[in-house]
Order: sequence, then C-alpha cells, then structure tokens
Amino acid sequence: MRVAEAWRVAIDALRANRLRSILTMLGVVIGVGAVVALVSIGTGTKRQIEQQVEGLGSNLLIVVPGRLDPGAAPSASTLNMDDVDAVIRVVGDRSRVAVTISSGQTVRAGSHSAYASMQGVLETTPTVFVRRLDRGAYLTRTDVTTGRRVAVLGAGISSQLFGDRDPIGRQITIGGVRFRVIGTFEKLGQSLGVDRDSEVHIPVTAAQRLLGTNRIDGLAIRAPDRDTIDVLGKNVVAALVKRHPDTDFSAVTQEQILGVLGDILGVLTGVLAAIAGISLLVGGVGVSNIMLVSVRERTKEIGLRKAVGARPRDISIQFLLEAVLLTTIGGVLGMALGITTSLVVDRLTPVPAAVTWWSLALAFGVSAAVGIIFGVIPAQRAGRLDPVVALRTE
Amino acid sequence: MTEPAIVAVDVTRTYDLDGVSVSALRGVSLTVEATDYVAIVGTSGSGKSTLMHLLGALDRPSSGVLRIGGRDVSTLGPAEMALLRNETIGFVFQSFHLLARTTARDNVALPLVYRGVGRRERRERASAMLERVGLGHRLDHRPNQMSGGEQQRVAIARALVTDPSVLLADEPTGNLDSTTGEQVLGLLETLNADGVAVVLVTHDREVSARAHRQIVMKDGLIVE
Repeated sequence: MRVAEAWRVAIDALRANRLRSILTMLGVVIGVGAVVALVSIGTGTKRQIEQQVEGLGSNLLIVVPGRLDPGAAPSASTLNMDDVDAVIRVVGDRSRVAVTISSGQTVRAGSHSAYASMQGVLETTPTVFVRRLDRGAYLTRTDVTTGRRVAVLGAGISSQLFGDRDPIGRQITIGGVRFRVIGTFEKLGQSLGVDRDSEVHIPVTAAQRLLGTNRIDGLAIRAPDRDTIDVLGKNVVAALVKRHPDTDFSAVTQEQILGVLGDILGVLTGVLAAIAGISLLVGGVGVSNIMLVSVRERTKEIGLRKAVGARPRDISIQFLLEAVLLTTIGGVLGMALGITTSLVVDRLTPVPAAVTWWSLALAFGVSAAVGIIFGVIPAQRAGRLDPVVALRTE
Repeated sequence: MTEPAIVAVDVTRTYDLDGVSVSALRGVSLTVEATDYVAIVGTSGSGKSTLMHLLGALDRPSSGVLRIGGRDVSTLGPAEMALLRNETIGFVFQSFHLLARTTARDNVALPLVYRGVGRRERRERASAMLERVGLGHRLDHRPNQMSGGEQQRVAIARALVTDPSVLLADEPTGNLDSTTGEQVLGLLETLNADGVAVVLVTHDREVSARAHRQIVMKDGLIVE
C-alpha cells in the first residue's frame, strides 16, 4: 500500500470519530504546550539573568576573600585600602579598579527618609561597571582621597526624598552624618533580585569613617581584554595572598558567574521540562488506549482489508499512522498553545519567557515519537489479527 | 486442460479451543477447475465455512496439501498469503463487508490499493467493474444509500476488480430477497461463463442446485 493512501485512510478514521480524536489529542496538546511554555520560561529567566550579569560591564573580574568552593566557609573580609593600592599597582591603571564597602542606612532629607544601600566606592565605579548619571556629576578622585561628604543618589532614593525636585546641591543625612547631593543615577531597576535604584554612592573613605572601619567588602577589576583576564586574576590573587599569607582570595570572571548560574537554571529548566514531559507521557498512554479501542472497533474492517490482500504490515502502518497523526496534530496545536502561553506570561507577568526553536523541535519530535511508541502495540495487534477471526466478528 | 485453480488433498483443520482440540475438517480432498461452478452445501457446523476459508487462503490446513493457483500454502507466510488472496481470490460475503463511509467506487478499488495500483487507474478500473455489474450510475454512492442487492453487486465488483481466477461466495444471497438474490446469482453465472471459477457456499438447496456440481459436507467430511 502506498503511503499517501495510508495517510488518507488514517485521516478518514480520525474524522469518523471527531470528538474522540479531539479528546485524545487534548492530552498531547496539554503535554506539548506545557513543555514548550515551561522551557520558554526557564530560558527567558536564564537570558534575563545573563543580561543582568553582562550588564555589569564586560571583562569584569571580581575579587573576594575566601575560596569559591561550594561549602567553603565564608571568610571575613580582611581587605583594606592598602590592599587596593597594591592591586592598582598590579593592574597598572587606577581607573580599572573599583571597590565597595556597603551598609544599609537610613537616609534623610528634611522630613523625608528612605532606607538605602550605602556604597562606599572609588571615583572609578562608573567606568568599571556600567552606571549612567541622570543629573549632576559623579565622585571625583579628590572626593575620595579627602573623604568629602558628597553623595550620588539612586533614582529610587532620589524620588523618595525629593520627588520631582532637583536634589543637586541639597543636604541629606546618612546615618546621622550630613552629606551633599552631587548627582543622581539613571533608573536601573532590579538586578539579580537587588533593587539597584536604592543605592547611595559616597566616597569609600567617608564610608569607612562613618562605619568606623578600614576594611572594604569587595574589589572589582575591569580587564583590558578577555585574553589577559585570567592572568590578571592570578596576579591580583598572588599579590593579595602575599600581603595576607593566611587568607585565600578568589578572582572570578563574569563567565564563571554566568556558568554557575547557567548550570543552576539549566537544571531547573530541565526539571520543569521533565515534569511537563510526564503529562506528555500520560497523553501518550491515552493515545495508546484509544488506538486499542479503535482496533477492536474496526476488527471487521481489518478482516475485510486482509481478505482482499492487505499484508499484516499494511494494516500495522495504517494504525501506526493514525496514532502518529493524532500526536503530531496534537503536537502542532500544543506548540501553538505553548507559544501563546509564553507570550502571555512574558507580556502580562514579571516572569520572562523566551520561546526557543529547540524546545519547539524537541516537543514536536517527542510528540511524534510518543505516537510511534504508543501506537506500535495497537498497530501490531491489528496487523496480527487472524483474518478468519476478524471477519467473523460482528 | 489447464491447471486446476485449487487442489486440496486430504486436508484437515483442527482448532485448539481452550485446550480442547476440535476437528472442523477431518480429511477433505477437492479440486476446483479453472471454469468450475461448485456449490458447497451443508448444515452449520458441517465444516463448509472452514473449507471456504482454506480455499480462500485466509487460513492454512493443519495437515494435508492445499495448492491455490499452483502454490502450496503451507510454504507461505502471512504476507505471501495476503498477496495470494489479492491475486487469485475474490471474496463475496453474506453481509457484503463494504466499508461504510466509503463510496462504491472506492470500495471496489480497495483490493487494488494493496496491489500498489495508482489512484487514477484504480478509479478507472473500479468504475469499469461497477459498470459491468450494472451499477455505473452508483459510483459515488455510499453503502447506506444503496439497496442490499446493489451492495452485494458492489461486493462482487470488488471481488472481480483484481481479475481473480476463483470467486468465493459465502451465502451471497443469504441477506437478499428472492428477486435480488436471483439477480446476484445470475451475475455470478454470467461471470462463470466468462471464465472465472465460482465456489458457492450455501445451505439453500435451490441455490446449490444451479451449480454445475455440488459438494455436500457433514461433520467435517465430504459426504457426496
């Protein structure tokens, strides 16, 4: 029997039991739709986080005390400004090194107050990370060396304290100490779950005085290019270890952070897809079930077809195609459902979703495979029917 | 003389029903010549249906030799049996066995599907065959739009479309009134005159009397 003919017969059989075919398909539609939608959400989330990490700036090297091994005990920072100077000497370019000491502080301006993430920084922060100013100017090197009490406000803090008024030149207090506002940042939004618009940047020296410490929390370096980043990291760590022989330091790149985050999100996406895959499997069992019913119902027809010369193979192919048709049509509808769901989620909720071609290809392939796998048993049963017995069935 | 269409020598058929062995045929020898018109008669349970299934290559004997179209069926697998049926046998059943949702023409064309004949040629040959059984005006009718006599003529056209050497008819008039039954028998006889061997299974003495020879079966044996 020609394949085209077998297709025609299969389509005809599905039409004959329209409602049953649709209900059977529904299982596959939901399964494929769930796989596509959940993989899209996983991929969208992963992409968003990658963009945020990349948004920090390229060729970034982040230096932290301690080892970056899972399970390693977190170690208290022992870095201070002398270490920073040593690192700057290794890097050979002050503008490529940024430091931070951070602390949550209440910031006041007149009768308004806001809770801010105070960041003690060098004047280099906007060049090392990507930070754009909305108004005014950033800290200068003199501000840092002299510990001048000036502040650059995040967009959120600025509007909380001053509303629409221009905050430049105004006085605020941070932890009870007076500062003068010299600039505001552009709105950034959330990044890795942190509200970056609630930051207030002040000179690191002023921050240390405010907190009564000489430590710094972290150190970041923007490498000149990708090729030197690893060597630079090793040199910086070596210089720091030399100064603090009993402490470990690690220098991690964005790629490493992305790699770790990517692995975690990849596993999460996989788990989501697997759960959705289970519903696809259940849909497949439904197809198998209905095909067995279909074979039983059409026993007489099978007998007649065999009597006029259908080989067991012809009959098997006919029923197998019917199952594959059920699951592939269901698969296409499921892809449409999954894409629609992804778009709606992406548009109407904060959860990002990105439809990827591979998830579509996978879902379609799996649904077709489900048709074959779950169609084989009913199809074989149909093919093996004894024509004498089949013809006698009423 | 040409080779016989079907030769059965001492053929038996034993069924195994839940561990009990039942002999439906207990040693039957029979030759169907290429131009024969044979009626097999007998009460139900006499083994005539079993014999017909064997003659139609739907089943294989438990012992004995059965040659259909010159081929020993004991050497054939299911696929080869299917091919043998397609090429040499035409079946006509008491209950017509037409595909319900399919037009007369496509019903008739069905055996050609399994022969790999292209769609256009199938339709042409099916139309010609329906013309021959007097249903040229019913090509696109579905079985439920036709009378019993018409349906049986569609079934006969389907049996003939592959140009078989033997037409096996199992109670072909059983579901028809006497007038249409007469028309169907007349058609079979015309076909026989045109050179197709006809084997008729019936319990109707009037029908069997019109055949060139009769085979009477009882308890799995030919008694006359």
